[in-house]
Amino acid sequence: MIGWRKRSPRVTTPATPLTPSQVAWLMAVAACALLPHASHLPAWLDAVAILLFTWRIAQWKLHWPGAGRIVKLLVVVACCIGVTLSFGRLFGREPGVALLTLLLVLKLHELRSARDGHTIVLLGYFMLLAAFLYSQTPAMAAALAVSMSVITAALIALNGPPATVRALLRQAGLMLAQALPFMLVLFVLFPRVPGPLWGLPADAYGASSGLSDSMAPGSISQLSLSGEIAFRARFDGPVPEARERYWRGPVLTDFDGRTWRQGESARRIGDTLPHAPGGTAVAYEVTLEPHNKNWLFALETLSALPSGMRMSDDWQLLAGEVVRSRRRDRFESIPEARPGHEEWSGYLDAARRLPADGNARARGLAVALRAQAGSDAGTVAAVLQMFRRKAFVYTLTPPLLGDDGIDAFLFDTRRGFCEHYAGAFVFLMRAAGIPARVVTGYQGGERNEIDDYIVVRQSDAHAWAEVWLPDEGWRRVDPTAAILPSRVEHGLAGMAAGEPVPFIARGDAGWLRSLRQRWEAANNGWNQWVLSYDQDKQRELLHRLGMRSPDWRLLTAWMAGLCALFAVALTAWAMRRGIARDPLARAWTGIHHALRPLGLGREDWEGPMDYAARVARTRPDLAKDVAQACRLYADARYGTSPPLQAARELRACARALRRKRTPAAS
Amino acid sequence: MRESIRRWLSSLGGPSATPLTLDRRRIFVLPTAAGAAFGCALIAMLLTAINYTLSLGFALVFLLAGLGQVTLLHTFRNLLALRVRCGTPEPVFAGQPARFPLWLDNDTARTRPALLLSMPGAGDSTVTVEAGQHARIMLALPTTQRGWLRPSRVTLSTRYPLGLIRAWSYAQPDQRCLVHARPETGRPPLPQTGGGQAGARRAHDGGEEFARLRTHRAADSPRHVAWKAWARSPDSPLLTKQFEGNEAGELWLDFAQLPDALSLEHKLSRLTGWALDAEAAGLRYGLVLPGTRLPPASGATHRAHVLRAIALHGLAS
Repeated sequence: MIGWRKRSPRVTTPATPLTPSQVAWLMAVAACALLPHASHLPAWLDAVAILLFTWRIAQWKLHWPGAGRIVKLLVVVACCIGVTLSFGRLFGREPGVALLTLLLVLKLHELRSARDGHTIVLLGYFMLLAAFLYSQTPAMAAALAVSMSVITAALIALNGPPATVRALLRQAGLMLAQALPFMLVLFVLFPRVPGPLWGLPADAYGASSGLSDSMAPGSISQLSLSGEIAFRARFDGPVPEARERYWRGPVLTDFDGRTWRQGESARRIGDTLPHAPGGTAVAYEVTLEPHNKNWLFALETLSALPSGMRMSDDWQLLAGEVVRSRRRDRFESIPEARPGHEEWSGYLDAARRLPADGNARARGLAVALRAQAGSDAGTVAAVLQMFRRKAFVYTLTPPLLGDDGIDAFLFDTRRGFCEHYAGAFVFLMRAAGIPARVVTGYQGGERNEIDDYIVVRQSDAHAWAEVWLPDEGWRRVDPTAAILPSRVEHGLAGMAAGEPVPFIARGDAGWLRSLRQRWEAANNGWNQWVLSYDQDKQRELLHRLGMRSPDWRLLTAWMAGLCALFAVALTAWAMRRGIARDPLARAWTGIHHALRPLGLGREDWEGPMDYAARVARTRPDLAKDVAQACRLYADARYGTSPPLQAARELRACARALRRKRTPAAS
Repeated sequence: MRESIRRWLSSLGGPSATPLTLDRRRIFVLPTAAGAAFGCALIAMLLTAINYTLSLGFALVFLLAGLGQVTLLHTFRNLLALRVRCGTPEPVFAGQPARFPLWLDNDTARTRPALLLSMPGAGDSTVTVEAGQHARIMLALPTTQRGWLRPSRVTLSTRYPLGLIRAWSYAQPDQRCLVHARPETGRPPLPQTGGGQAGARRAHDGGEEFARLRTHRAADSPRHVAWKAWARSPDSPLLTKQFEGNEAGELWLDFAQLPDALSLEHKLSRLTGWALDAEAAGLRYGLVLPGTRLPPASGATHRAHVLRAIALHGLAS
């Protein structure tokens, strides 16, 4: 027989209504689930949510009356109308999140049973997922991991006996930790399907900054104030010099007197490279941040067109679809290449076209320079010479230009940013009858020493020119480099002192820079391996792990196998902890184990009292301790003393015996 | 159909009679309604993650899927290695609830929270058994007729910790409860003397020999009060003279003497009531049933014998 501990067990009848502590947990769930959304929901909806939440707290703490059926119905109808007015529709991503928020706070007002509690918890988990639609930074992931623990603890509170907050959180943490291996296996091996599965609502992608398909004075200098990352590149071999890193973007051929735009040629798109450069190619990989446009950025000059991409007549690289999520592409380029000089005459005509009038002084200058130089190449050199000689200033804050902006810039202000120089240069060339075009993109980029990625930011946005010379074909001319060579060598950090260079682009503060680089390397690792873990990355990783041809069948088999393995391991753990092991018996074994080295191990047939007597005969010095231990065991096993406490005392006895046996034995 | 499935399930782990240790063959697990809803939500979340290419969404869904797997084991483990025993229930009268004490022994170093015990007719009770301790749950079954009451099978289940999975096991209590016939209400008083009195006869006065004195009880006949002793010392308690002999103060509760108009159950009900009355009156009483004869005596043991004989009269044991 087992000795009973005299203590009345907790016996309760199943409670259908929720206890106050369960209600408190559910409120915590709602708070955890809604907080990450507060910043992007419309302010009025935030206010409604806070109001309903506060009301619920008042109902709970101050015993206010709860929201009645009519009130709830009115709130739902009013909010549906509000959502429709705010977002223009009732379905889609943003309105969906707004309605889920509303549902969650309203559900707090009808907590009758555990079932309502489960609904709140499921809504909470869903809201966590929805939060990832807006941000997937490591910080967000960490915050949501905490929320996840709180929601899981609430689920335990709903289904278990009353327990302390600490105990519940510990249990939740233990279970989540045990779930981690499953998550890792599934994350790595779950066959990734390139989304989307169905048409996404138009609001699926937020606005993002980046180059556009037009350029007016000020548009690029505005962009260069942003430290946001445009893309990252990693080179297989040595990295080309910064002044050779021209990342080609939109090519602008049409000019209306003020703004440069993409022309007819940008819409003529082919599947093959229009040029055939020669030289040694560098291979690299570009991870492009989503910019909601269909062009890609590659180093000039591409030597091969990757499959699935196309190129316009302007040599602008285009993706098959709009870039709405981070994408990774491999390219090969030849930085020093001189592409062939074949060009279609219709294109060249278009590249000489200017508005009928305006900027008369500039036109006159161009004609004069052309006559003076005698050749197209000479004209190019003369214009660059003029920029260098005539005190032109490169600045982020140029004065405003009125009508005839090119004239005003060339003859009056002489202060401008790259778009002014590129624009004015191409204007002059065209006025002199030389085909020319504006190329926008990024120049340079900073090398992160931690992970060796080249980081290209919006502040690296740049505009330069290309002119067509009869014997040479298209030649890149960067007027900015003529005025301020350090701009193309060191980025904006190379600008004149006193210029308001964006903080991120400044070259000073070594430790700060190293800290920033570390942080960005960590971020990039996160982006590359967690956020952009797609079909390609999955294939790459599995290939590295030795899976030659991972198709979905193999992946599923591995996934099932590994999950089963973890489940078996976990079951073994559960069984080990679950099998009844009598603490008293274990402690009793400890006693005769302590005496075994003295040749006084207990025989199987020996009862505790006989054993005590035998030990006392051989070792009278231990008699007292052994007798006490045997009595303890017998009282707990056959009598009424509490077994757990007896086990504790027996362990102490075993320790004492081990201590005492040594002096006598030696 | 449902019942046959249940029977088949409970046959799986071998006989389920208590005392019983719940091993893994006896424990069944299935998702609850909340668990099914959780599964559906996971599928919806997975589709959202695929559609919006949310890498962290995938991670969240897979973490929750792992949690589902983990809770299955935790729920299963909550029942594993529990021991179920059934104590002996006290006999009751028909109409009173039969109370079966059920013991849950937890010899492991883990608390077993939120265990739900249910028995058809006895309702549900939830209990938490601390590590190394035990819990006693009284299952009260309503009774309607005399005889042995065998409890139906007990279902021991749990949904702890997440409520998404239910683990359960069956235990058949090995005890039965004796249900006495219901004492007749508004029954006639105990018969005074033997002879013509229906259902009982009182012994003759003759031949009785004084045996001893004992303290007076309210139901004692005034004729037997030791008035002389009281007259000598009025402060002392009233004493009653007790007589020895076959017939002295003896009452026979005789089934055959009851009016034939009464039904069997009615007769047994009246005999039960009289037995209680006789015991309360401190009389020595015997019982005569067809095929059974218990000589007159008194005291708790005798009373139990008499009531048991009445309760089981005509029933297969």
